[in-house]
Amino acid sequence: MMSSLFTYTLRIADSSLILGQRMSEWCSKGPTLEEDIAMSNISLDMFGQANGFYQYAAQLDGLKSADELAFRRNEREFFNHQLVEQENGNFGNTIVRNFLHDTFNFLFYTQLANSKDETLSALAHKSLKEVKYHLRHSSNWLVRLGDGTKESNAKTQVALNELWMYTDEIFEMDTLDTELFNKGIAVDNSALKSDWDAMINNTLAKAKLIRPEDEYMATGGKKGLHTEYLGFILSEMQYLQRAYPNAKW
Amino acid sequence: MQSGNTKFVWELLNTVPDPEIPVISVVELGVIREVKFENNSYTISITPTYSGCPAVKTFMDDIKSCLLENSIDNFELKIVYAPAWTTKWMTDETKEKLRKYGIAPPSNIVICPQCNSKNTTLISEFGATACKSLFKCIDCLEPFEFFKCI
Repeated sequence: MMSSLFTYTLRIADSSLILGQRMSEWCSKGPTLEEDIAMSNISLDMFGQANGFYQYAAQLDGLKSADELAFRRNEREFFNHQLVEQENGNFGNTIVRNFLHDTFNFLFYTQLANSKDETLSALAHKSLKEVKYHLRHSSNWLVRLGDGTKESNAKTQVALNELWMYTDEIFEMDTLDTELFNKGIAVDNSALKSDWDAMINNTLAKAKLIRPEDEYMATGGKKGLHTEYLGFILSEMQYLQRAYPNAKW
Repeated sequence: MQSGNTKFVWELLNTVPDPEIPVISVVELGVIREVKFENNSYTISITPTYSGCPAVKTFMDDIKSCLLENSIDNFELKIVYAPAWTTKWMTDETKEKLRKYGIAPPSNIVICPQCNSKNTTLISEFGATACKSLFKCIDCLEPFEFFKCI
């Protein structure tokens, strides 16, 4: 039986790992050398944050190591937000996805830093310092692309319209979240929505982009339900440990 | 078996260079938080600079080798996350070493390490390592790295 705290920690780790993996796909393919370096740096930060949370989860669970948690679970056992598994697409898609998620992460870690759980609080403090850079990076680019050329504005607006449906589930609270929130351990994600809205609206206005209407909103990440992309990410990321279990070099 | 000479261990650690910036030691970098001697064993608490900094693994291996070379084998390296690492722990002396090495030290005003001009501009917030960003001097036109304040 998995403890609530274990599952809660795993969810945070999974979103960091999957976004880190997505960002690593940009390595050697960035639009400029500086951006290539920036995205690889962000990827490393995400992997580092994921590792901290996986180490803690492994310690709580006592059955699987951090590496086993990352490399030996299937799609249905991953609890990341569906937003982070979405394709890199063009540079605008990546920037919009990261901007939506970085804004959430900034608010989430700000609150998690007050957790009564000392380890979660310490990891949140640490992650927050890095997330501030990530958010500045994605926000600055969003404004440049949105308020750039006609074409960059159009592409970025399309990306925003397509990704919008994944922005609802990041604020969901299930019984596990509520249980841990009542103990002073977890964050009330639903309470982050108004600040998130304000930050998003502010940057979208600067970027001359139109906030999409809420229509069909996807859900399921917390239950292990994912879009088709996660399986492909895992098959590439986990290949080595699956083909050669316990391989070391 | 060594007796509990934590001062000696601190001195040894101060000889282990940062793998990316060899002019400063891991002690000067501020990642060594505590050296304790209990039950005949040293516990060395280390905090990572950035969560994903690949140098952490390298300097942990370097620390192990350094202690073993000095006949200290009764130790454990422990990763701690709180308080989170900050460049505020860097002394002025360490900052001066960075500057001489060609890296602008953490500061509110970014000063060119080549010509000391304050007339500098950001090229990219992300540099060759997680802890640095890229700047350019408007006066001498040289690009340089800036150690980010966190």
